[in-house]
Amino acid sequence: MPAIELSKAPQPAATNPAQIRNFCIIAHIDHGKSTLADRMLGITEVVEQRNMRAQYLDRMDIERERGITIKSQAVRLPWRSGIDGQEYILNMIDTPGHVDFTYEVSRSLAACEGAILLVDCAQGIEAQTLANLYLAMENNLTIIPVLNKIDLPAAQPEKFAAELAKLIGCEPEDCLRVSGKTGDGVVELLDQIVAQIPAPVGDANAPARALIFDSVYDTYRGVVTYVRVVDGHLSPRDQIQMFSTGVRHEMLEVGVISPEPVASKGLGVGEVGYVITGVKDVRQSRVGDTITTYNNPTKVALAGYKDPKPMVFSGLFPLDGADYPLLREALDKLQLNDAALVFEPESSAALGFGFRCGFLGLLHMEIVRERLEREAGLSLISTAPSVVYHVFSDDGKEMTVTNPSEFPDGKIASIMEPIVRATVLAPSEFIGTIMELCQERRGTLLGMDYLSEDRVEIRYTIPLAEIVFDFFDQLKSRTKGYASLDYEPIGEAEGDLVKVDILLQGEHVDAFSAIVHKDKAYAYGVMMTSKLRELIPRQQFEVPIQAAIGSRIIARESIRAIRKDVLAKCYGGDISRKRKLLEKQKEGKKRMKMVGRVEVPQEAFIAALTTDADIDKAKAKAKS
Amino acid sequence: MKRCGYCDFNTYTPAELQITSELSEISRSYIDLLIDEAKLARNQAPQAGAIPTIFFGGGTPTLMEPSDLARILQELKASFGFAPDIEITIEANPDTLSLEKLSQLRATGINRISVGMQSTSPHVLKVLDRTHNPANVGSAVKWAREAGFEHVSVDLIYGTPGESLADWENTLREAIALDIDHISAYALIVEAGTKLAAQVKRGEVEVPDDDLMADKYLLADQLFSAAGFEWYELSNWAKPEGECRHNIAYWQGRNWWGLGPGAHSHIDGKRWWNVKHPATYRDRLLAGEFPAADSEILTATQIESERVMLEIRLRSGIARSSLDAAAIDRLQSYVAGAQLDAQSWADGLVVLTQTGRLIADRIVREILL
Repeated sequence: MPAIELSKAPQPAATNPAQIRNFCIIAHIDHGKSTLADRMLGITEVVEQRNMRAQYLDRMDIERERGITIKSQAVRLPWRSGIDGQEYILNMIDTPGHVDFTYEVSRSLAACEGAILLVDCAQGIEAQTLANLYLAMENNLTIIPVLNKIDLPAAQPEKFAAELAKLIGCEPEDCLRVSGKTGDGVVELLDQIVAQIPAPVGDANAPARALIFDSVYDTYRGVVTYVRVVDGHLSPRDQIQMFSTGVRHEMLEVGVISPEPVASKGLGVGEVGYVITGVKDVRQSRVGDTITTYNNPTKVALAGYKDPKPMVFSGLFPLDGADYPLLREALDKLQLNDAALVFEPESSAALGFGFRCGFLGLLHMEIVRERLEREAGLSLISTAPSVVYHVFSDDGKEMTVTNPSEFPDGKIASIMEPIVRATVLAPSEFIGTIMELCQERRGTLLGMDYLSEDRVEIRYTIPLAEIVFDFFDQLKSRTKGYASLDYEPIGEAEGDLVKVDILLQGEHVDAFSAIVHKDKAYAYGVMMTSKLRELIPRQQFEVPIQAAIGSRIIARESIRAIRKDVLAKCYGGDISRKRKLLEKQKEGKKRMKMVGRVEVPQEAFIAALTTDADIDKAKAKAKS
Repeated sequence: MKRCGYCDFNTYTPAELQITSELSEISRSYIDLLIDEAKLARNQAPQAGAIPTIFFGGGTPTLMEPSDLARILQELKASFGFAPDIEITIEANPDTLSLEKLSQLRATGINRISVGMQSTSPHVLKVLDRTHNPANVGSAVKWAREAGFEHVSVDLIYGTPGESLADWENTLREAIALDIDHISAYALIVEAGTKLAAQVKRGEVEVPDDDLMADKYLLADQLFSAAGFEWYELSNWAKPEGECRHNIAYWQGRNWWGLGPGAHSHIDGKRWWNVKHPATYRDRLLAGEFPAADSEILTATQIESERVMLEIRLRSGIARSSLDAAAIDRLQSYVAGAQLDAQSWADGLVVLTQTGRLIADRIVREILL
C-alpha cells in the first residue's frame, strides 16, 4: 500500500521541503469535496476505518448540515508515490466555499502551490468555483482539473472535461476522473498531486515568516491559528510576534493536524500546521497576517493582508426583550471565532433593544443568525439587510450610513453606494431571464461568454444593495436552480437613492424604513403598506398606513376600525371558559408592541420583515 | 331526533346513548337523578335560602313530561323553599308545544318561557339544522299567553351563513310583532367540534363576516328600542319588568347550582362542573357520590376579572370607583370614541354605548391587561 504508517513518516520540523506538497480543493457546495477529502483520509490511513465518519473535517453542526465548509482546515497526509516510490507529505488545505469568504479563500490559496479543481461531472462548474479558480490562477497555483462523481448515471465527463480544458487551457484528457464515493481514481489523484504540484520553496535560514490562513477559537485551548511557514522555522520555545500589530505572544504549542492535532517539535519551511498562543480572540490573530519570531523578526511581511470589511448590515433583535443580555453574550462569544463579525447596540422604537451587526455578505449573515439561534437558543428578528452608503450633504459633509435610521434628513448632494461585479453561470436557455433580472436590478452588462455549447457566463455590474435584497433567491427561482452567482466588490457609484419611511397612524416605524432607488420607492411603499394592512389586526380606531419620502406620502392604505370584538353569549359554563381565554390573551398582549396608540403583534413585524423566499425556506426547513 | 348543527351544548340523542326506552321512561329516570343531585345540594349548601329563580335549559327540556318537571320542582320547593316572586323559566322548541302542553307546563309553576325562534328564513333555519316550522312560533307565543305565562321571550340568532341583512330584518320585524316581553339575539358562534364548524372547515359554508354581524346587531338594537325593548345585557332586550332575573344573576356573580350532566355551578368563589356523560353522571349519583368532574377556587384576581368581564355586559355597568387609576385613564379614549357612554362616565359608571357593546371584549382587556 502507498500509505505510510504515521510514526514512520517524515516528521514535522524534520521534513525536507522537496518532500512536501501543499494543495487545496476548489469546489462548489455539493460537488463532493468533503467526500473526496474523507476518501483521502482513508486511503492515506491517517484515519482508521473504524473512526471514519462522513465529512470528517467539518467540525460545526452547521457545516455538516448545510454541507458547506465555513472555516478552513489543514491536514497532513503522508503518502508514498506510486510513480517514484518516494515518501511525501501532502498538506491538504480545506478552503471555505462561499463568495462571502473570498478573502479567506485567497489566503488559503496563498498557502498552497497547487489546487485541485473539483467539478461534479453531472453539473459542471459553478460561478463561485470559477471565481476561486481565477483567484488560484492569479496566485500562480498549479491546477489539477478533476471530474468527480463519475459513478453517477447522469455524469457527462466528456462535456465537462471540454469545459474545464477550455477554462484552464489544458487538454480534455488531462482531466482526472474520480469518484469520492467509490474511491475510484483517488490513488491516481494523490500520485498526480505529487507529480504535478511544485514543492514549496523558502529560505530556512531567514527570519521566520508564516502566513496565517485561518484562526479558530477553541473553548479549551483559546485561539488555534493555522499557518503555512514560508521562511525560517517556528519552534515551541519561540516567542512570536504578529506583524500587523507588533504584539508579542508566548508560544504554548506548535503542531500539525493529522487529522487530530498533534504537538510537534516545530514547523519548517513549506510546512503547514497550527500554533497556540493563549490568545482568546481571533481578532488578535487575523487571517492574512504574518507571524514572525520576536527575537529575530522579519522586516518584510507576506503580501496580501487585509482587515475584513463588513459589506452587509442588519439589526438583530431578540423576540423576547429579556433576552438582550443573552444576545450580547452570544455575539461576544461568536466574535471570538469570527473576526469579520462586528456589532454595536441599537435600539428601535418598534423592536426594542438589539444590535446592529455587520457581515461579510448574506451567507455570513445567515450563518451568524443561525448560530445565535441554535447555540444560544435565541429567537431573533432581523431587519432588512442594508449596505454601506456614503451620503454627502449640500455643505460637503460626508456621512457613512449603514442603517436607514441614520439617513440624514437635510439636503443631500449625492449618495455613493457599493457596486459589485457579478458573474452568473447558467444554461444558455436562461440568458433572457437572467438579463431581465439584472436589468431590473439596475445592472449594466459587461459581457457574456459561452463556456460550452449550452452554458454561458454573464457578467454585470450591479449595486450591492440589489444583490442583498433578494437577487440570489430570484435568480435561483427564475432559472429553476440552475444558475450560480458570484460577485466581488469593485467600488462605489453614485445612486439616485431615497429613504422610504413607513408610518402607522402618523408614527414612524423605524424597523421598516429602507434606502431604495428612486424608481423603486413607490413599489416598496405599496408593498409594505399593503403587507402591513394584512398583518396588523383591526384596532378600535381607523389606522392609516403610509409610505413617505421625507414629508411626501407616496403610498397609503388604511386598516378599518374594528367593529365587532365581543362574545355574544356568556352564561354559566361560559364564564370560566371566557376568563381562561382572557388570561391567555394577557400573554398575547405582552407580546404586542405599541407604535403610538397602535398595537402591533410581534408576528406582524416578523412577517413584514420576512421575504417570500424566507418563508419558503422556513417551510422547507419545517418539512425536512 | 337530531341535534342542531351549531349546538355545542352537552347534549345527547337517545341513539347516541344507545337507549331504546321510550322518551317518557328516559325523562322519568333523568328527573330521578336530578332529584338525587338536588338532595346532595341541600346537604352541601345548608345556608342556601329560598330559591329566587330556576331555569330549565341547555337543550330542549320541553321534550320532557310536564309531570316529571313538576316532580323536580316539588322536590326543590320542599327542600329549599321558593321565594314568593320566584321566576321559573323553560326553554322550548316551538314544534314541541301545544296549548295543552303549555297549560300543563304552566301548572307546574313554570311562569316564563323562552321560545327558540332563531329566524323566520327557511334557508337560514336549514343551515342551522332547525327543523321547526317558523309559522309555529306565532302560535306558540299565543298559546303561552293563553296558558298564563307571565313572561314570554324569543331567542334569535343572526349571522348564519347565507343570511342577508334583509332576512334578518324580516326576522326582527316578526319577532317584535309578537306578544312577548323579552328578546335574546345572539351572533352565531361557530363552535369548535360542531357540525357547522366542520362545514366551515370544508369550505361548504362561509364564515359570517364581522362587519355584517355588526350591522345586524345595530339594526336589531334600533328596531328593538323603537318597539319598546331596552337592552339590559349585550344580547338581551326586555320591556319594562321583562328582564330575565335568572340570567342577571350570572352577570352579577351570584351563587347558582346547576343540576344535570355537564352543569356548571358557582358558590362563593368556587366553581365546579359535573361529569359530562349522562351514564357517568348516573353512576356517580347511584353510588351516592357527588357528580362533579372538577372544580376551581377563584383567586382574588380571577374574581375581579370575572366581575369586570360580566358587569360590563350589563346596562347597569361598572362603578368607575371600583377600577384603578391606570385603567380609568386607558378608558378615556373609548369615552372620546363614543364607545363608552359619556353621561354615565360623568356619573361615575362605565357603560357601553351601542358601538361599544360590539367591542365589549376589547374594553374588558383594556381594563384588565
